[in-house]
Amino acid sequence: MRYPLSEHDYGAHPAVLPPDDPTRHDGDAVPLPVRLDLYRKMQEMRLFEKRAYDLFMRQLVKGTSHLSLGMEAIAAGFGAALRADDLTFATYRGHAHTLARGVPMTPVLAELLGRSNGLMGGKGGSMHLTSVEHGVLGSYAIIGAHLTIANGAAWSAQYRGSGQVTVCFFGDGTTNIGAFHEALNYAAVFQLPVVFVCENNLYMEYTPIADITAVPRPAADRSSAYGLDPVAIDGNDADEVYLTATTAVQRARAGGGPSLIEAVTYRHGGHSRADPGKYRPADEVEAWKRYDPITVYRGRLQRLGIDQASMDRIDKEVAAEVDRATEEAIAGDLPSPATALTELWADGGSSWHN
Amino acid sequence: MAQLTYRNAVARGIAQEMRRDERVVLIGEDVAGAGGVFKTTEGLLDEFGPRRVVDTPISEQAILGAAMGAAMTGLRPVAEIMFADFFAVCWDIVANQIAKTRYMTNGQVTVPLVIKSGNGGSLRFGAQHSQSVENWAMAVPGLKVVTPATPRDVVGLMAAAVRSDDPVLFFEHKGLYAMKSEVPDGEIVDELGKAVIRRAGTDATILSLGLTVGRALDAAAQLASSGIEAEVIDVRSLVPLDIRTILASLNKTGRLFTVEENPRLLGWGAEIASIVADEGFWDLDGPVQRITTPYIPLPAADSLEDLVIPSADLVAATVTKALRS
Repeated sequence: MRYPLSEHDYGAHPAVLPPDDPTRHDGDAVPLPVRLDLYRKMQEMRLFEKRAYDLFMRQLVKGTSHLSLGMEAIAAGFGAALRADDLTFATYRGHAHTLARGVPMTPVLAELLGRSNGLMGGKGGSMHLTSVEHGVLGSYAIIGAHLTIANGAAWSAQYRGSGQVTVCFFGDGTTNIGAFHEALNYAAVFQLPVVFVCENNLYMEYTPIADITAVPRPAADRSSAYGLDPVAIDGNDADEVYLTATTAVQRARAGGGPSLIEAVTYRHGGHSRADPGKYRPADEVEAWKRYDPITVYRGRLQRLGIDQASMDRIDKEVAAEVDRATEEAIAGDLPSPATALTELWADGGSSWHN
Repeated sequence: MAQLTYRNAVARGIAQEMRRDERVVLIGEDVAGAGGVFKTTEGLLDEFGPRRVVDTPISEQAILGAAMGAAMTGLRPVAEIMFADFFAVCWDIVANQIAKTRYMTNGQVTVPLVIKSGNGGSLRFGAQHSQSVENWAMAVPGLKVVTPATPRDVVGLMAAAVRSDDPVLFFEHKGLYAMKSEVPDGEIVDELGKAVIRRAGTDATILSLGLTVGRALDAAAQLASSGIEAEVIDVRSLVPLDIRTILASLNKTGRLFTVEENPRLLGWGAEIASIVADEGFWDLDGPVQRITTPYIPLPAADSLEDLVIPSADLVAATVTKALRS
């Protein structure tokens, strides 16, 4: 028997470092308007989540939250590659993926605050963000479940001939639960138009994924078991994500079946609000903070001729949007008490006997 | 009017709905080519083809997740979980996802699906293939729960379940699959949440479900020969529950008995007894009595299984003792 924690102290495992050349994708064929949009989207996610964190600290947001700070390139890159009627499934770490589909900030923030103007009237909270009209078919808080549900949405699209593609985001820890394997096999057997996106941020909650996974690449090294090509990409480079997403989504739409993409990234903070993330080697944290997706992208845009002032203007616009959303969310009423008992059933109520 | 077995009634009910609505599809292990391990889906592949009747891997989470995702996006799937005991390996999808998503999304999402499953004992399958698990489902807000007791009701309740915009757990009783009785021709559609009085009586109300309906009726026949007229109610639908029919019967008879196949603790009859304590107390001439399988897993040996699942004799003896004491 092997015990990882007899080989190294907790938190003293070998550091996994990011790529060292942020210019690799400067010459990629991504149109400049798309690039500017990717930059703006990432800033929206970043500033929104920083504000969400601040509101937690002010105890205006209750419960817990799971932030994507440092991981924004994945949601942004996929968001830009999707058609408006495509369908996405996210996890409890789903603020960024919700914003990526064009859901306005105010109802998302108001949902975190438990207000009646929240996306789900306060009944879902941070971990269950859903906006059907934007194709956001939900954020799921039990590891693995939504991969199987994403298959159903993809099956339905295939059956209805709608041409919609389903994209399902999840973390590296999910690759070790049964539902992941059931879902991958199922998608492959029925050649479903679904793209599975593993956001490998190197940590399953508080434990390095490498310590508790049988293969080095938790998703990519499993793909062959399901007849899929192994795809592992730099999840901190929005262009690499966008191009990979475009290819996989087009393939699915054309009837080419499912894909499994491992996007390697890093979360700047801990797993959730309760976690300071101290179990990570300091040099690793520092290196990834330097390889921040927004820093990488800003440098690229600058090399491509976008001046600092233009990007500063985007930053300012996004900051103003976050301020406005904060005011509107805080100004929202508390949910009406009667709503606690509504919308269990399709008739709008929750009655269980006559 | 034709004689139909309970197992063939399942296929008839599904076919009735598939003919009517292109959005209705069927998935599950061995449901297509083999016609189901209990032969409840025989003929459906031939009539509706491999696009609408689909064999899946042994992946209960994947099956129910697929049904849920499809239901959220415009289909009305019927998914089979072969044995109800297997809900234990996919309960996350049932209890955390299917049941809660409409509420959590404040009504943005509806999940119109049916999960059909072979439930219950009496076939000597042992502890992991014989459980009656309706009460697992009743404990989770957001799931409708029905158990038909006759071939006719299989068709009517299946139609009601498929047409429901809410998720329905449709518990077929494995011990009744071979039961044969008259089923009217033409379309049959029931309503969820309606109990049926199977035998009218004035001295005691006996509530039954699935397998225990027949046993309660047999008990009522025994009781009649000794001068006790029992009213037998087939509860049929646990969520929603037709408590009005039950309370009206109690008002007439003054005594209430439940005959439950589930193990004792928190069986469906316990909830009804609790409501009766609240709303029917002054109609009671004596305590509510629950006749259940004891607090044990089901044994495999026929002699032991017969001993522990409530029998007609046990029901008759319990009612007689209660009314004569």
